[in-house]
Amino acid sequence: MAEQTAKRPVSVPLMADLAARGESPEILFWVGCAGAFDDRYKRVTRAFVRILEHVGVNYAVLGMEESCTGDPAKRAGNEFLFQMQAMTNIATLDGYGIKKVVTACPHCFNTIKNEYPALGGEYEVIHHSTFLQQLINEGKVTAQGGESFKGRRITFHDSCYLGRSNNIYEAPRAVLEVLDADLLEMKRCKTNGLCCGAGGAQMFKDAEPGNKEVNIERTEEALATLDGDAEVLTNLRGVESGAPALPAGSDRGGSVIAVACPFCMTMMADGVKNKDRENNVQVFDLAELIASAEGLNA
Amino acid sequence: MHFSIQNILFLLVALAGFGLFAWQASRIRANVLVGRDRDVSGNVNERLWKTLLVAFGQQKMFKRLTPALLHLIVYVGFIVINIEVIEIMVDGLFGTHRFLQFAGPAYSALTGTNEVLGALVVGAVTAFWWRRNVGVVRRFTGVEMRAWPKLDANVILYVEVVLMAALFLMNTADLKAHQLQNLPMPGAFPISQFLTGLLPDSVATLEVLERVGWWAHIVGILLFLNYLPSSKHFHIILAFPNVYFSRLIPQGQFSNVDSITHEVKAMMDPSYPVPAPATNADGSLATPTPFGAKDVDDLAWTNLLNAYSCTECGRCTSVCPANITGKLLSPRKIIMDTRDRMEEKYNAPLIFDPALYGQAAKHDPQEQLDKENHTLLRGYVTPEELWACTTCNACVEACPVNINPLDSILEMRRFLVLEESAAPNSLNVMFSNIENNGAPWAFSPSDRFNWADELFVADKKKLEVRS
Repeated sequence: MAEQTAKRPVSVPLMADLAARGESPEILFWVGCAGAFDDRYKRVTRAFVRILEHVGVNYAVLGMEESCTGDPAKRAGNEFLFQMQAMTNIATLDGYGIKKVVTACPHCFNTIKNEYPALGGEYEVIHHSTFLQQLINEGKVTAQGGESFKGRRITFHDSCYLGRSNNIYEAPRAVLEVLDADLLEMKRCKTNGLCCGAGGAQMFKDAEPGNKEVNIERTEEALATLDGDAEVLTNLRGVESGAPALPAGSDRGGSVIAVACPFCMTMMADGVKNKDRENNVQVFDLAELIASAEGLNA
Repeated sequence: MHFSIQNILFLLVALAGFGLFAWQASRIRANVLVGRDRDVSGNVNERLWKTLLVAFGQQKMFKRLTPALLHLIVYVGFIVINIEVIEIMVDGLFGTHRFLQFAGPAYSALTGTNEVLGALVVGAVTAFWWRRNVGVVRRFTGVEMRAWPKLDANVILYVEVVLMAALFLMNTADLKAHQLQNLPMPGAFPISQFLTGLLPDSVATLEVLERVGWWAHIVGILLFLNYLPSSKHFHIILAFPNVYFSRLIPQGQFSNVDSITHEVKAMMDPSYPVPAPATNADGSLATPTPFGAKDVDDLAWTNLLNAYSCTECGRCTSVCPANITGKLLSPRKIIMDTRDRMEEKYNAPLIFDPALYGQAAKHDPQEQLDKENHTLLRGYVTPEELWACTTCNACVEACPVNINPLDSILEMRRFLVLEESAAPNSLNVMFSNIENNGAPWAFSPSDRFNWADELFVADKKKLEVRS
């Protein structure tokens, strides 16, 4: 078998360096603030870069030239700040002649894809779930040679800004399918998916008074789905039809809540911690699952 | 044809009924048009297709099967039975009796279908009543479901039963009178044929009862028509234009404020030509429109049309993550508040007047407000409700008639932030972080690329060679 030492260092290409050499990348990887600063999501960024490196995609990042897309400011009502951020970023992207942007953050994705064009920024914007699906379809990623997820239970939590906002429901599921795991749908999924509680700038403030945190409500549903806990599932709010048939909760170990958004990641991970289930349920981003199944971690 | 005083009376009643409705409709149209302009031109085919699917086809109702099937019965019943209303109108005006009978077997099919649908409607309405008053589906409760909305919902159900009862009385009496006189009765009456035993055996009485049923049905319809503008039942008309004018762009795309775009562009490029500010007819400067919405006239007219199209079903609220977890926010309340405020500030409909109805129709004011601040924002919708929204679009997705509560919520948030600087403190911190660090958190921009330090990737090609 292979040795652990078979690894190579990655020097992530900066857009400024490529431009200085007169080169242009095939894709610009938009890292996003969470991907750059949040310790947990930095691991997703690194996993995604490993996949890019492994496949040999010609990519670049903006590095320190990247700035917040303005999404949280806009959703909080601060249109002025949003447009300042948007126009600064558009100037940066246009300055480098960027045509295609890939990002692991649905909020960045939605903002650049849908809200930048009216301000003059027109790019092909792809979320990493769609990008990974393309790599899988092209046979460039096979999810072989690394950690096996065969038979493990995985449930995918839809991000609002990927799902309802942009109708991307199938790509993340197609990515998960390649893992040959036991995929379970939550009752509130796809168009009826329940928010993690962090959208609309909620990530940056305390919740209003209520009787529960949204991420706890969602985590309970995810855990009940993984565990096959029918009692919790029949009492869910916001659904009227009966619960789907569920497998009995025999092997609860090593289950995964899969996410495709940095805010969902934080909220679901906090929820699992709150429910004291960190020992047997983990929260992973799609890119992490693929990188690890492909055996790219080093 | 037996032309009589009845026909003149009918003409007057019909004119009064339709005239009054036209007057009410024009007042509501004026209310909707106080809203800000929103361009909904173009994409006619796409809009018509969406109207066909969502409004005519009830596509989004079928997210929940039981109420969808019950509603479908009442909806189809409404449409098909209204064909008979055309007959009633013609009979009433020209003194004919069941003038559509010339259609022969087709007429039998029509009357037969009507009777079956009428019976099904009574069944569906009973089920609706049970869901609302006995089995109580959770979404029919909530702070905004005060006395008037609750009464309104039941009134609609009672009226529908009365209308169906009038139809059956008319048919049964007519059928029995014909049977007693051994006259051929045009049409087919699969339900009424079993009800003849309930009526007396006198032809004269039966003829009176037939008239009672006939008049009750048509007068009931005209009264109901004039009740609509005061009721959530207005959706039977406004659902169609509301769906037609609903957004075509992705749900995640929020509108840009054009005046801010000009300002920001001028800041970034001093040579940018900012359009001249709007002027009044006499050349004086017009009062600038505020950023966002404080009151109903600051919302777009489509938001106001939303409010009149709402049938208060509560699907939006039942899927709202904030509401599910006990926060004050209820998207349905935002929409119902908008309608109440419009009717308080501008034209009220005939029957329901928020002022006449008193406090029971209103929501508890969270704070004592002077007249100037008794607006949609604060007078009805509190900042606490607005700040609980996660902008997840679940309410927008859930609405069977494409109402967009999120649009109104965002406009009011904009007013709070841009006009009043009244965001929660933590959000102000987030704003200043973005301004100063280019990130919503207080990290140094120079650390933005640190994630790439000491990054390694397994070299699988090398691995394969070695293994």
